[in-house]
Amino acid sequence: MKQRTLRSLSIILAGVALLAACAPAASTPVVVPTAEAPTLAPTAAPTARPAPESPDVILATTTSTQDSGLLDVLVPLFEEHTGYRVKTIAVGTGQALQMGQEGNADVLLVHAPASEKTFMEGGYGKDRFLVMHNDFIFVGPASDPAAIKGGSDAVVALTKIHEAAASFVSRGDKSGTHSKELALWKSAGLDPATEKASWYIESGQGMGATLTIASEKSAYTLTDRATYLATRANLQLGLLVEKDNALLNVYHVITVNPELWPKVNYDGAIAFAKWLTEPGIQSLISEFGVDEFGEPLFIPDAGKTDAELGL
Amino acid sequence: MDLEVLQITALSLQISALATAISLLLGLPFGTLLGLGTFRGRSFLLSLMNTGMGLPPVVVGLVVAMSLWRSGPLGDLKLIYTPAAIVIAQVVIAFPVAAGLTAAALQALDPRLQLQLLGLGASRWQMIWLLWREARLPLLAALMAAFGSVISEVGASMMVGGNIRHQTRVLTTAIVLETGKGAFELAIQLAVLLLGITFLVNVALTRIQQRGARR
Repeated sequence: MKQRTLRSLSIILAGVALLAACAPAASTPVVVPTAEAPTLAPTAAPTARPAPESPDVILATTTSTQDSGLLDVLVPLFEEHTGYRVKTIAVGTGQALQMGQEGNADVLLVHAPASEKTFMEGGYGKDRFLVMHNDFIFVGPASDPAAIKGGSDAVVALTKIHEAAASFVSRGDKSGTHSKELALWKSAGLDPATEKASWYIESGQGMGATLTIASEKSAYTLTDRATYLATRANLQLGLLVEKDNALLNVYHVITVNPELWPKVNYDGAIAFAKWLTEPGIQSLISEFGVDEFGEPLFIPDAGKTDAELGL
Repeated sequence: MDLEVLQITALSLQISALATAISLLLGLPFGTLLGLGTFRGRSFLLSLMNTGMGLPPVVVGLVVAMSLWRSGPLGDLKLIYTPAAIVIAQVVIAFPVAAGLTAAALQALDPRLQLQLLGLGASRWQMIWLLWREARLPLLAALMAAFGSVISEVGASMMVGGNIRHQTRVLTTAIVLETGKGAFELAIQLAVLLLGITFLVNVALTRIQQRGARR
């Protein structure tokens, strides 16, 4: 009995060890293409991998860029093209900017223009490039208790929700989406957060999780179009209000200032920032999501000025 | 996605197995010292270990992350957002479990056994080894508890690892990510996988543990 037990144990443990040892090493990036990876037309930079001396680049970005799946396509391409290893940390815009302020990230991809301006004025960022935009939309239950469906004015929609005291889920996490939501409430002259309205629910989580909460509670919420399209199949929420100029959602890439934080990998950061604005990548961004959702999730904007987008 | 799931699973096992091994390497001797030794401050240290068993992993993650950030004291080691950082955080979580349970296991032994062994001429190391063998049931339980506390842990892994695809994404953080995206089916698949692996490992360890048991 002892012999047999010992043998079977060794087999089980060996199996576990083999599983652990045999799988592809975690250090080599495995490219799992979700969209077709086009061959990049070399613009200015050489396509040969220069094997940079500081290969690690910490990219602090928002949950919306990650949840939509865009970074899962872009980051492996960048790594292959340049030899850098990107560590994508998806947190809210608020935390991303904080990480940049403390030198804990090298490059930021965020979407809260007002907070970003404060960030740049504080001298924390060196370069800031416009990358792309999409838009925010209001989604909610089919029953639509506040009757906002079909509208194209964000402020009117929020006023109706406030009047109807209809459940509304807020990100509540200082993210870009949260900042936009608060700005819209302000434009409407309302402040449910301070009122501590019972119908105002603050999730404190990313967009995907917040949409799930809204779906489960049959509540309204403000979301970016990309995350909504990417997660729509699992939700019972319909698109109710869209196409207001106030609902534009603009993304910028910012490199953290190396003069303030000498330890940041500025070379890697600026390489990533410039790469995002290259024509080849911009056209990739414009095609992202078309196959799956019938419409692009992001619209590329590199080279335009902030003013052109109403900022 | 299957290749990626395999890679995530392998990484989870590697990290947790290493963290468990290190925490035992440190915890077993320290726990033995606490269990068998007599010195001032012993019961204080024991209380510390027992408190450590209940430490919220997410708090451990926060403290370790703050130490490993570039702006933190150990930032120059460039360990943040690497599997090594997760191992460190998990060792901090598992070490009190290993040490505390080892101390309890040895204290549960008949104190006369220690005297008897010494009386029969055993050296201190021989005595310790024999006491370990005598207490192997609860010691193996300590091993399983230490492993269990880290394989299932998500807060610290998220904070110090960053849940980076192909680099520091482990089963638990992947489950949180997929749930956050609303991909519940995939999340459940990963959850079942995690449970299955944990079960297999514990089946093996339990059989070793029960090998010498009376019933």
